[in-house]
Amino acid sequence: MWIGAAVHVGYHVRMPHAKLRLNEPVGDEVKTTTCYMCACRCGIKVHLKGGRVRYIQGNASHPVNKGVLCAKGSAGIMQHYSPARLSKPLLRVGERGAGEFREIEWDEALALATKWLGDIRATNPDKLAFFTGRDQSQALTSWWAQQFGTINYAAHGGFCSVNMAAAGMYTLGGSFWEFGEPDWERSKYLLMFGVAEDHDSNPIKLGLSKLKAHGAKIVAVNPVRTGYAAIADEWIGITPGTDGLFVGALIRELLLHDHVDFDYLVKYTNAHYLIVRNPGGADDGLFARDAQGEPLCWDKRVCAARAACAIDISPAIAGEFTLEDGRSAVPAFQLLAERFLAEEYAAGTVASACGVDASTIRRIAAEIADVAFNQAIRLPQRWTDAWGREHIEMIGRPVAMHAMRGISAHANGFHTCRMLHVLQLLLGAIDTPGSFRYQPPYPKPVPPANRPGRTRRENGSLDAAPLGYVHAPEELVVDAQGRPRRIDKAFSWEHPLAAHGMLQSVIRNAWAGDPYPIDTLFLFMANMGWNSSMNTRETRRMLCDRDATTGEYKIPHFIYVDAYHSETVDCADLVLPDTTYLERHDCISLLDRPISDADGASDAIRQPVVPLDRDVRPFQDVLIDLGARLKLPGLVDEHAAAKYPGGFAQYMVEHERAPGVGLLAGWRGRGGDEQAVGEPNPDQLDAYKRHDCHWEARVPDAARYYKMANRDYLNWARSLGFLASTDAIVLELYSERLQKFRLAAAGHGVAQPPARERARVARFFDPLPFFHADANDVAIDRDRYPLAAITQRPMFMYHSWGSQNAWLRQISARNFLYLHPDTARDHGVADGDWVWVESAHARIRVQARHHAGTAVGVVWTWNAIGKRDGAWKLAKDAPEHTRGFLLNHVIDDLLPSRADGYRYANADPVTGQAAWFDLRVRLVHDAEPGVAGHRIETIPAVAGHAA
Amino acid sequence: MHPALSVIFFTVVSGCGYGVLCLLGISLAFDAASLSRTQALVVLGAGAAMAAAGLTSSTLHLGQPLRAWRAFSQWRSSWLSREGIAALASFVPIAVVGACLWFGCADATLRIAAMLLAALTVVTVGCTAQIYATLKTIPAWHDARVLPGYWLFALLGGALWWQLLCRIVDPAWASPRWLLALAPLAAIASTLLKHGYWRAVDTAPAAATIESATGLGLFGAVHSAERPHTEANYLTNEMGYVLARKHAARLRALALILFGALPLLLGTIALWLDDGSPVTALLCVVGATAAATAGIFVERWLFFAEAKHVVMLFYGPQRD
Amino acid sequence: MTSLPAPAMKKLGLVIDLDICVGCHACAVACKEWNEDGQFGPLPDENAYAKDPLGVWFNRVHTYDVEAAHAAPLTVHFPRSCLHCETPDCVTVCPTGASYKRAEDGIVLVDEDKCIGCKLCSWACPYGAREYSAKRGVMQKCTLCVDRIYNESFEEIDRQPACVMACPTRARHFGDLGDADSAVSRLVAARGGYDLMPEMGYKPVNKYLPPRPRRDACGASEAPPAAEAADFSGAPLLRWLDKLLSR
Ligand SMILES: Nc1nc2c(c(=O)[nH]1)N[C@H]1C(S)=C(S)[C@@H](COP(=O)(O)OP(=O)(O)OC[C@H]3O[C@@H](n4cnc5c(=O)[nH]c(N)nc54)[C@H](O)[C@@H]3O)O[C@H]1N2
Ligand SMILES: Nc1nc2c(c(=O)[nH]1)N[C@H]1C(S)=C(S)[C@@H](COP(=O)(O)OP(=O)(O)OC[C@H]3O[C@@H](n4cnc5c(=O)[nH]c(N)nc54)[C@H](O)[C@@H]3O)O[C@H]1N2
Ligand code: SF4
Ligand code: SF4
Ligand code: SF4
Ligand code: SF4
Ligand code: SF4
Ligand SMILES: [Mo]
Repeated sequence: MWIGAAVHVGYHVRMPHAKLRLNEPVGDEVKTTTCYMCACRCGIKVHLKGGRVRYIQGNASHPVNKGVLCAKGSAGIMQHYSPARLSKPLLRVGERGAGEFREIEWDEALALATKWLGDIRATNPDKLAFFTGRDQSQALTSWWAQQFGTINYAAHGGFCSVNMAAAGMYTLGGSFWEFGEPDWERSKYLLMFGVAEDHDSNPIKLGLSKLKAHGAKIVAVNPVRTGYAAIADEWIGITPGTDGLFVGALIRELLLHDHVDFDYLVKYTNAHYLIVRNPGGADDGLFARDAQGEPLCWDKRVCAARAACAIDISPAIAGEFTLEDGRSAVPAFQLLAERFLAEEYAAGTVASACGVDASTIRRIAAEIADVAFNQAIRLPQRWTDAWGREHIEMIGRPVAMHAMRGISAHANGFHTCRMLHVLQLLLGAIDTPGSFRYQPPYPKPVPPANRPGRTRRENGSLDAAPLGYVHAPEELVVDAQGRPRRIDKAFSWEHPLAAHGMLQSVIRNAWAGDPYPIDTLFLFMANMGWNSSMNTRETRRMLCDRDATTGEYKIPHFIYVDAYHSETVDCADLVLPDTTYLERHDCISLLDRPISDADGASDAIRQPVVPLDRDVRPFQDVLIDLGARLKLPGLVDEHAAAKYPGGFAQYMVEHERAPGVGLLAGWRGRGGDEQAVGEPNPDQLDAYKRHDCHWEARVPDAARYYKMANRDYLNWARSLGFLASTDAIVLELYSERLQKFRLAAAGHGVAQPPARERARVARFFDPLPFFHADANDVAIDRDRYPLAAITQRPMFMYHSWGSQNAWLRQISARNFLYLHPDTARDHGVADGDWVWVESAHARIRVQARHHAGTAVGVVWTWNAIGKRDGAWKLAKDAPEHTRGFLLNHVIDDLLPSRADGYRYANADPVTGQAAWFDLRVRLVHDAEPGVAGHRIETIPAVAGHAA
Repeated sequence: MHPALSVIFFTVVSGCGYGVLCLLGISLAFDAASLSRTQALVVLGAGAAMAAAGLTSSTLHLGQPLRAWRAFSQWRSSWLSREGIAALASFVPIAVVGACLWFGCADATLRIAAMLLAALTVVTVGCTAQIYATLKTIPAWHDARVLPGYWLFALLGGALWWQLLCRIVDPAWASPRWLLALAPLAAIASTLLKHGYWRAVDTAPAAATIESATGLGLFGAVHSAERPHTEANYLTNEMGYVLARKHAARLRALALILFGALPLLLGTIALWLDDGSPVTALLCVVGATAAATAGIFVERWLFFAEAKHVVMLFYGPQRD
Repeated sequence: MTSLPAPAMKKLGLVIDLDICVGCHACAVACKEWNEDGQFGPLPDENAYAKDPLGVWFNRVHTYDVEAAHAAPLTVHFPRSCLHCETPDCVTVCPTGASYKRAEDGIVLVDEDKCIGCKLCSWACPYGAREYSAKRGVMQKCTLCVDRIYNESFEEIDRQPACVMACPTRARHFGDLGDADSAVSRLVAARGGYDLMPEMGYKPVNKYLPPRPRRDACGASEAPPAAEAADFSGAPLLRWLDKLLSR
């Protein structure tokens, strides 16, 4: 044997790695589709081997990710094969919340749902609260809700980042979030406010590395230095919630030193609009208008008021002027200047409050001014402005800004975000080379024209989609007494501009029957039973609570649609299992949340790349089926037969919103040779599949910048149906619309707030952005709760879904509470100690870790790592719930009670944006800091108070 | 490094085994008269058994035991390969010596085989030591004292087990003085060596730092802010073993008493009681052998448990 | 066999740019996915959905805080995978010849059919690039995607390591560091790319590019920049009264 072995060995030594194969193909088939491990929606190539997913690769030809793929995207394969996937419709058998179900057939499930919803529609459609979390397929779900006729519909934007959207739409007709982007090619200076990851996950990463390669300076304004902030040139560890002070101080510095692009202001904004000064009057703060209702400005050449939109005039931006009718008026810019020149916004004044020293504030202001004006870009690109004037070049102010939930997830986020846009406008840095850029179909008019639906038509459908933009008090969705009509109180005097609804308030309000009880809660893809709710434990209690007298559930029916066994599944009566993203058709529509970038309008589809192996159905198909069973208008034909028996795939192709306009813009028209507008094309889906499942229309060169007032762009946008007219879009430094609400609060106009809301509306509907520390007349006791507590998204996890992923949970199966060593010292917390994080209503026991990159006075953790025992098919001893935690338990969903005892939602008073990051806590010692173990406790004193 | 009991136990046992075989080889080669045939056979059998046990065990805890034979191929570069070959090769002289003793044949052959046996045992133990001593990644092992250390402990264990075995066969055995003297001497030597070793590794400047590992020393002091994984992985399990200083100190003292003090004491007593009262001498040898074996075991455990792998620099300290 | 090959001209490896790595773990997961179902897989996972989840990865991403002596502190994300060293003991200590360095391009591989799972090579690696799982009983490590980079069944652009193609900041570069004017070599020269733990003497082929000098207090000073002669003591409003603009 020994000799034999030796020979054998000799043979092998001469023959290294006999089995190494250098040319093995990846698999036997490859299909393209769109990733949905997060809302970035990158293009992917899915390689299949023997019918199984072998490898997912980024699609190099895709405009969003250009071939790259994030950790979640690569882990998609483990998501698709997750043991937590649902496999059959479930009907509750035990108590609600006990998670005891009976598997049922689809027919039974759909019949039951049809019965519940049918009864509602026959009586009062508003008794259906239909809300979707991950705002996928809004184009379908909102249209479906409209056909059903309920005003109680929204996607997740209200608890997400509506402050970004609203502040942007009401100022620029575009916004941060994923509707605009920094000029990654030309920007020389980027200020990032409160961004850890964002939706444009891969594009931002691609962009940041481009900027660094170009030698641009990146400044991260963020209480925590991780991820993007880590690679920034400068980190400004701001105190949470105080960006309004910091930005206000920057504005003041620019004004003081005349670092303002006045030409830009008078050309593209309403800086020169005359504002009537008539304290107490019904017209106070409104634009001075001519007979035709055209806003006026003061033309210095002729020394008279002229239409503000006229060209070749010389508008005044300061001074007080007397109108023909004798009223006096001042240019909007002057009011803005007066506000920000006040000592209140002086660098020295704000420094301590926002934790940034005055010299740094002044330096940053000087730096952005230097880049904007001394390093301006002159792009040799001819273009024609909205008024027909030719320009031989495009002036660029290469200072870009981007902001996300660090700004929006505070109750002052709307005004802070508006202030950020004002800052950019003063620099002339909106949609110019090197600055923030719109992504088509934006810009839209300020704000977009579509109002929220309010009244039902003959056929029971709503007059408009339930979500939209309120332009004036009389458009609010309130009853005759001015009380909220929507279950979430969106578009009411409590949160008038809640453009995305307020999903976070639905469960409490439905439970409390305030403003009225509902019959069925229909949730799609929102983990409201866990990481997506504030005050999570209480929320679960409310979901499962019974009426003491009748013994009935306070929320009679709860239908939930999920693809996986999330925490919310266990609280439902009827669970409709969805497919994974690799098993269905989806539509990433321009009517929804577009995936466009600044240089092109894009949409995309998802196609099934693997066959279904379980008894689950794509939710869109189910919704269309339900609609047909309910005989909803638009879903059945004149013979009451289902209009889209082919399900969503058929709907995507055949459904028309307006003649020639459907969900998909590519390859329209019988021959497939038209874009955006054209007859339905039966071959459309195949056309998409032939083109890697995405379509793009590039913005013409002459139309790439100054989109709000660029004739080439406006024409192009109208030809694609993005805009109704080619008039210039005027950017609003001063918001007359907000002033109208304030006037209503002062007792003017047809629609006025109930007495209870007047002071609040008057305070927060300021036509000019301002800083406010609280959204309430009763502030949280900062001496008792000295620390700000916030969360961040881990780049490799998507909310709650990542932990069921065998690979991703190996990166993080638990989370820690991070705090600066100095903060830790002040609170006597050693690295690795288990401590109690206590807020006014609850406390959680968590493990602390020292982290030098955290601002002093702040604690933070990674979001949604903590899991509920029993969810996601994780073992009982999984660290996700023995050691990991949710901060949500200590975040109250209501503000402290107002002087009169009323408690508002913990949200922005203007937009209803959930104020996740206003949380204040204190650290309380544990007797055995060395003993591991996560626990949640309610603080008795305050418990129940919630009701 | 993770102290895997199986590995430790068997390096100790095979070490002692090779020590026994080495001494047997020497005495058969130069002082054959001092041993009865039975004694020689018993000692040979026992020594071979101990060595074999070590060998098989180290094969058994491989991921792919059936491929163990491949380990003989890389003697050009690999000490592990060399150890394997030497270990296996030593069974050739063992067999020859055994045969000669059994059939009481040719004196010359026995001598040559015995010398060869002695030589190969020294080589085998040397290779084992080199496997560890050549690892730059584990500074505590990459030390000049490791090789002599392994030899000395083999000698100490060997000398005591040898006596024990001989005396069991023939309590009234008049063993050669030089042999009885070996144990106490080895005890003293290994105590000195190990003491020196511990002082050296405790005071040795770090072979590498988190700054050099990451290259970020360029900018300043480096601390691990977040690990790549929140739970343990192969690296942290295999190379992240941490032994509290105070435990280490106690165990070191214990080891010194067990393999140093006690064998010295009992060995010396045995040395002069030898002719007088063989039974007490036997008892002393039993005690000394037990103590030394246990001591070497503790020493070997510490050798692993105290050794830090440079890869842990990337992870930095963390309280669980 | 495990004696090292004569130094080759070609030295394939990775260059990792710490200046733009955001620590997203995309490279690590892409690697895991590529290899899981490929010829070097599976990369076994244990307790995949329970306590102590543990699996084999070829690439791990650390995060470090750096207290810079005179500058602002840094946070640096730091991917760690096999550096395909020129003189690595992980190869020479291997008793079976399973661990070897390719003569033609310097890639260090494990031939799983020869590996006996003695773990010695992982002890010999200073960089933690080798991971062992009892499930398979063999040592596993980064292959520099040897099964991709030469793969003739792929389109040209796909003949790159999976981690390099996935990296969303394009912080990972692949190429021949033996060729002085290859793109990667020039990058290393230009950015001062360095070796990890050079004192080990393993001569890593992979290089790391240090964070670029931060431009924190850069550009303009606290004083107003450029030609700012005007006197701002007075109320700015007055200045703007007679500003002549046109639209
Ligand atoms: N503390 C704290 N809490 C927060 C935040 C925070 O920053 N801090 N962020 C808030 C924000 S912005 C958001 S958007 C929310 C998270 O918003 P959510 O959308 O509620 O978060 P997810 O956890 O993603 O819940 C989505 C649900 O969809 C399910 N799902 C996944 N894929 C599919 C599919 O293909 N089909 C169907 N039908 N279901 C699917 C998942 O299983 C999960 O149960 O969290 C909010 N909560
Ligand atoms: N990988 C991954 N990507 C995601 C998601 C995910 O779950 N995982 N979720 C998606 C969703 S739904 C959303 S809404 C987006 C959200 O994208 P982000 O807005 O990036 O989400 P957050 O992680 O909440 O980041 C908030 C950041 O603001 C900082 N911050 C907190 N308070 C303040 C403050 O007062 N001022 C400033 N300047 N900064 C502050 C926090 O430290 C954190 O860095 O991400 C999307 N993308
Ligand atoms: S960012 Fe990642 S998870 Fe999100 S779509 Fe793109 S690849 Fe998928
Ligand atoms: S993928 Fe790129 S950016 Fe992300 S961790 Fe890896 S190297 Fe860094
Ligand atoms: S990194 Fe480690 S495994 Fe890779 S070649 Fe160098 S020593 Fe060997
Ligand atoms: S584990 Fe495998 S590759 Fe590593 S040294 Fe042992 S035999 Fe060689
Ligand atoms: S080169 Fe290939 S094997 Fe190596 S880390 Fe990158 S992906 Fe993994
Ligand atoms: Mo969100």
